[in-house]
Amino acid sequence: MSINQELWTALVVCFSAVFTQNILLTTFLGMCPFTSVSREVKTAIGLGAAVVFVMTCTTILNWMAYHWILAPLGLEFYRFILFIIIIAAFVQFVEMVIDRYSPKLYQNLGIFLPLITVNCAILGASLFMVIRDYTLIVTVGWGFGAGLGWLLAILAMAGIRQKLNPARIPAGLQGPGITLIIAGLMALAFIGFTGVLG
Amino acid sequence: MTPQGDSPTTRKIVLDGLWHNNPIFRQILGICSTLAVTNLVLNTVVMCTSLTLVTALSCLTVSLLRHWTPRNIRMMVQTLIIAFYVIIVDLFLKAYWPEMSRNLGPFVGLIITNCIIMGRCEGFAGSNKPIPSLIDGFFNGLGYSFILLGIACSRELLGMGTVLGFSIPWFTEHWDKWVIMVMPPGAFFTLAVMIWICRSIKPKEEKA
Repeated sequence: MSINQELWTALVVCFSAVFTQNILLTTFLGMCPFTSVSREVKTAIGLGAAVVFVMTCTTILNWMAYHWILAPLGLEFYRFILFIIIIAAFVQFVEMVIDRYSPKLYQNLGIFLPLITVNCAILGASLFMVIRDYTLIVTVGWGFGAGLGWLLAILAMAGIRQKLNPARIPAGLQGPGITLIIAGLMALAFIGFTGVLG
Repeated sequence: MTPQGDSPTTRKIVLDGLWHNNPIFRQILGICSTLAVTNLVLNTVVMCTSLTLVTALSCLTVSLLRHWTPRNIRMMVQTLIIAFYVIIVDLFLKAYWPEMSRNLGPFVGLIITNCIIMGRCEGFAGSNKPIPSLIDGFFNGLGYSFILLGIACSRELLGMGTVLGFSIPWFTEHWDKWVIMVMPPGAFFTLAVMIWICRSIKPKEEKA
């Protein structure tokens, strides 16, 4: 595959990861922070931005670790442990760097970083990348697109929930219940993107 | 081992896991890794069995090692213990049921980041004796499984008119397939309705 073709594939994968195969609305990854942190737009943006950044970087790192270290050694089944360690180490590292060089950014983003280590979406993105056999360039598109899709979903949800504050909701449905119903409606809307761009 | 002193009784652990403190509708934890496979009952059964086994055994191991685990790296140790059991499950499925392993795709691996397991290891097993921890992990897994099985049954029945692949008489003749139920939005709606029902039966103040 030539480099141009690969770039095009990466673009398509990126687009479909944001819209048609949104990691949150079609595979339900990252639901825990989605239901608990989506009450305010501001925090949703902070967490979403952190997810985009961490997801892009860790999928690339995990791609390298998988294809250059595990595959030649025939140790593919260790990928779960390796991926988790890489993600945890990377998040820790970023936290220290941000803390050292930009206290302001740390205040806005820093509190979300530890949450991200246990975000299923991050590990899920890496596992999908292995199963779908992406090349390195396509992986960049995939990681970025998946993160962006997650950001979009949580941002929309936070916006809707802020408008929902004065609404009267049945007692049993308050909190997570109504969040899930809204997510379902959003998922329905996103199905409408199916077929765009192949 | 008989429960004594400050350790909770077995009965309480069982009831807490199954109902009072049910992982799904009380704590809204850990739906990420399993919700995606609830469109077919068979997939859900396999996922839930794996998850219950992994939870129970990880809780047991964490509890056995609790006196030797340094406090500040306990999260990492717990993750590695969970990952260890997940690898066993993954390899087992690959070897004996490759078809199912392909269907479940990355979701077996995602059991590692399932918040329930971590939550039980951190919240219970880290400070309790091995046998109660094993029971606690097992029944939390069961509490989780029965809700998801409920979701899977209703989704497969409404969406395809079958349960476990067997067609249900009335549904094949008089029921138009409600395709949206086997697609992702169906999972959100069914889970929301499940939570609604369970919370209405036993209302309790809670922030989520």
